Amino acid sequence: MQRIGVFVCHCGTNIAATVDVKAVAEALGHEPGVVISREYQYMCSESGQNLVKDAIREHNLTGVVICSCSPRMHENTFRKAAAAAGLNPYLVEIANIREQCSWIHKDIASATEKAVILGKAAVAKVHLNAPLIAGESPVVKRALVIGGGIAGIQTALDIAEAGFDVDIVEKQPTIGGKMAQIDKTFPTLDCAACILTPKMVEASQNEKIHIYSFSEVTDVKGFVGNFTVTIKRKARYVDETKCTGCGLCTEKCPMKKVPNEFNMGLDNRTAIYIPFAQAVPKVATIDPNYCMMMKTGKCGVCSKVCSVGAIDYKQEDKFIEEKYGAIVVATGFNPINLDKYDEFAYNQCADVVTSLELERLMNAAGPNGGTLLRPSDKTHPHTIVFVQCVGSRCDDEKGKPYCSKICCMYTAKHAMLIREKYPDTEVYVFYIDVRTPGKNFDEFYRRAVEQYNVHYIKGMVGKVTPKSDGKIDVQASDLIANEQLHINADMVVLAAAIEPDKTARPLATMLTTQMDTNDFFTEAHPKLRPVESATAGIFLSGACQGPKDIPETVAQGSAAAAKAIGLLCKNSITCNPCVAHSNELMCNGCSACEKVCPYGAITYQDKEFRMPDRTTAIRRVASVNPAVCQGCGACTVACPSGAMDLNGFSNSQIMAEVDAICK
Amino acid sequence: MQVNENTNFEPVIVAFCCNWCSYAGADLSGTNRLNYPTNVKIIRVPCSCRVNPMFILRAFQRGADGVILCGCHPGDCHYTSGNYFTRRRITLLYSMLDFLGIERDRTRLEWVSAAEGAKFAATMQEFTDAVRKLGPNRRLEDLRCRKQ
Amino acid sequence: MQEAMINKAKQLLADGTVNRVMGWKRGEFVYDITPAVFETAEEIDADFVCDDFTAANVSKYLVKESRKEGKILAFLKPCDTYSFNQLVKEHRIVRENVYVVGIPGGPKLDAEKIKAKGITGILCVKNENGTLKIDTLYGEETMPYYEAILGKCETCKSRKHVVYDELIGEEGEVITAEDSGRFDMVEKLENMTAQERYDFWREQLSKCIRCNACRNVCPACTCENCVFDNPASGISNKAAADSFEENMFHIIRAFHVAGRCTDCGECSRVCPQNIPLHLLNRKFIKDINAFYGEYQAGEDTTSRAPLNNYDKDDCEPSIVHERGVE
Repeated sequence: MQRIGVFVCHCGTNIAATVDVKAVAEALGHEPGVVISREYQYMCSESGQNLVKDAIREHNLTGVVICSCSPRMHENTFRKAAAAAGLNPYLVEIANIREQCSWIHKDIASATEKAVILGKAAVAKVHLNAPLIAGESPVVKRALVIGGGIAGIQTALDIAEAGFDVDIVEKQPTIGGKMAQIDKTFPTLDCAACILTPKMVEASQNEKIHIYSFSEVTDVKGFVGNFTVTIKRKARYVDETKCTGCGLCTEKCPMKKVPNEFNMGLDNRTAIYIPFAQAVPKVATIDPNYCMMMKTGKCGVCSKVCSVGAIDYKQEDKFIEEKYGAIVVATGFNPINLDKYDEFAYNQCADVVTSLELERLMNAAGPNGGTLLRPSDKTHPHTIVFVQCVGSRCDDEKGKPYCSKICCMYTAKHAMLIREKYPDTEVYVFYIDVRTPGKNFDEFYRRAVEQYNVHYIKGMVGKVTPKSDGKIDVQASDLIANEQLHINADMVVLAAAIEPDKTARPLATMLTTQMDTNDFFTEAHPKLRPVESATAGIFLSGACQGPKDIPETVAQGSAAAAKAIGLLCKNSITCNPCVAHSNELMCNGCSACEKVCPYGAITYQDKEFRMPDRTTAIRRVASVNPAVCQGCGACTVACPSGAMDLNGFSNSQIMAEVDAICK
Repeated sequence: MQVNENTNFEPVIVAFCCNWCSYAGADLSGTNRLNYPTNVKIIRVPCSCRVNPMFILRAFQRGADGVILCGCHPGDCHYTSGNYFTRRRITLLYSMLDFLGIERDRTRLEWVSAAEGAKFAATMQEFTDAVRKLGPNRRLEDLRCRKQ
Repeated sequence: MQEAMINKAKQLLADGTVNRVMGWKRGEFVYDITPAVFETAEEIDADFVCDDFTAANVSKYLVKESRKEGKILAFLKPCDTYSFNQLVKEHRIVRENVYVVGIPGGPKLDAEKIKAKGITGILCVKNENGTLKIDTLYGEETMPYYEAILGKCETCKSRKHVVYDELIGEEGEVITAEDSGRFDMVEKLENMTAQERYDFWREQLSKCIRCNACRNVCPACTCENCVFDNPASGISNKAAADSFEENMFHIIRAFHVAGRCTDCGECSRVCPQNIPLHLLNRKFIKDINAFYGEYQAGEDTTSRAPLNNYDKDDCEPSIVHERGVE
């Protein structure tokens, strides 16, 4: 016989003002199985909770219904209270009579009537609640960081610092990411390589960190604390363990006309290459699309000059499987492709460049050794026009609706650096707004305007037209002076919007994490849980979550590391007991449930059963791994026989609620 | 199409809401004090894909006049793909009910995010109005469960 | 044909390829056909039959038979092979334990349609150039052949075997929906008003006596324990006590086989009340084709069933509101 206690909360006047709480308690007191029905000012307060606890002990309750605010608010509070009084916490049900009743209705009579019905539904459900025991699942004390840019490096270093093993998977031949390509950093103007490369070396030398460069994550299985990840180690045709990074092969390689990605294609590299001098790991990689040996079987120069015999033209992609307790996503960003922006003549004129290309043009390790020259004729530019918000804050299909956040600051940096180094150069910046929130940021921008005399003009560039004399006509409007301008420029620099890396979307599917419409990963809570994804055990670091500058990225990288460390510190985690389970006697073994399970929690086995006619038969039956199942219930509907049911939301529980509401 | 002349008719509306988006959206319309009819009673399910067609039929059997199912927007499912399965199942179920001559406006599916409190309230108002206009469910009722 | 099948069956039994044969045997009347398992050549000689009335789809019997010791020979008509494949796909039939011999399909005849002409005491039937000659106890009768064809054969979807180990006779082809006209009646109903549809189905489903013949014959209904028999399911019922329960049984049954039903038409064939139950299944098949792309259950053993699959750009349920008349 069920002994159910009902507790109706006034929530001050939040509920009591529109719901006659006494009448609700009275009405629910007559429901079958209800042995005590009370109302109280604040159920969630300590004395309110004590009321529940005392009633559980005194009346030996088998179920508790709290009529109060949303279960999203205090379900846990009351479950804990029940557990403290010796009642299984899953024998507590909440009737939401605040958010879904008193707050939306004005008429006391009808609101009270509805509150009673909601209470009855909860009583009907709790009759069928079963005590559930949350299982525990061990935590693998190893973290995976996907992406080896500054975000990933920072996260990995922090996790390693806490004493946990951490692997970095980087798809490029070297870690370093976008920051490695940047010349100077704002607002301090220190050299990016000078602050990044020591971190890269630190990561490579840390015993706790293992770097899988030129590798990709191809499959993720499992769940928080126990992920199994397949990593594809792409063939680089060079034995990493043997290569010393001497670079002799790259000097001797006869194929010297390969566009150099690291310098944004502004110069060439060889078919066997090391992306840049400070690459980590400093290991050569053969580009099979250009290597003569790979394409025609004739050459083999690198193999001949390599004194350690590291070259292996027959190397194949390798797949390795590793187990991790936590995964940090740090897949970063890319500037958008500007092919559709004909108005800026990006594809027609070599001297119209993106900001990232300008970084390389100005970098000492760049194509011009740090001297700013026009890509077309290698002459010194005297007039440079910067165009802001190319593809950012854009309503049409070509661009992105959001602000890319970093462009205002790096453009101020570029303008300042150019004016500093080449005072004879006139610099114009066309902007919609200049956005400089951040420590020392506005001061920095003002310095560009006031100290370096950069011409900031509010207005958008309408058209960029290359002229036959090699100059570029920039047609723009000055919104403050309200006039049309034509600037005879030598170079145009476009602040291209940034977008998440293309690998992020398939990765999100593998990780079962959410993304927004722009393919940025969605954090679990926009304010309170900014570095966690909604999927337990998956954390977000850097620009994969939204546009960020370096200080913010590093801060978020460390924050994600802290969250991952918090998880890795635990020996085990408590599982959600509201998971699916299969009744083997009814299971057909048809695999429908397995097909709809987003977590791969369902497996099959052949089991021997005694049949009604006393024979035995081998039948294929499903079993659910309770540690993997997240309790969505997709399987329960896919199952035609009804063998699959969900703890806490069983077929009979939901139907009992339906019946109570419709009665 | 029968239109109920009796203005006293108060339909029973069952709303299945997924825990992560729509139930939170319903909570938000409460927090924002957005009014919608008391006729609507919400049943919380972990995901819209937990809703078995049996539950919907059961509601009609026991006296519901309208059933609405709410879930996360496609692509935003807390469980990644649950609502995609919901969409197929419910599309087919509603189409079948229509095929059997059950009034189309008695069933509905709406995607409501946790941020769409206003949409939740407006949807519930609209749906209740539509069902009220249809009058009591007679085509898919169980006479034994008819209220006096 | 029957001769060739009997020879094949005896040969495979003799050489030990199989130890049982799944076929049909005759009951009291010539049209009274039951699927049967034969274990010896003698049994086959005595009872094995394959003629104009052997319409029953035997694939469902293989769920149990394929789990027994040794291999079984199954003679499958083209339509039966779809059901067979679907059951293999759902791990219900153990494929290795069945030796499938494809045999030509129908059209098969409907004894009820012959009897409806007032013809009784049927002894033997023969199709001669479109005229069905019927030997009866009371002399020879004739009727147009096409008028005697089973409903499910009138809208045949395929003369092609989708699975077999061996074939007797020639292979046919898949018939398009336009040629078979199998969705015509569904479409006709769709074009009615809701009230007309409601009236149509009320008239039909109110005839249901819940004999469960449709469920028991259906090759998609092979659940170890049917929800309608399971008191814990919350919807169990043995007899429809109310019009709601008549509706519910058929809606849930159709839904449970949606995306899995191969449209073999057995449900309507066996219904003693002549309820056109296949229209419910065809409605789902037609919707699935229209919403999610052409799909034929049982065509292969690897593709994902439409209800266990999705596309990010699937249509919304509001499509039901948007199309056709109410």
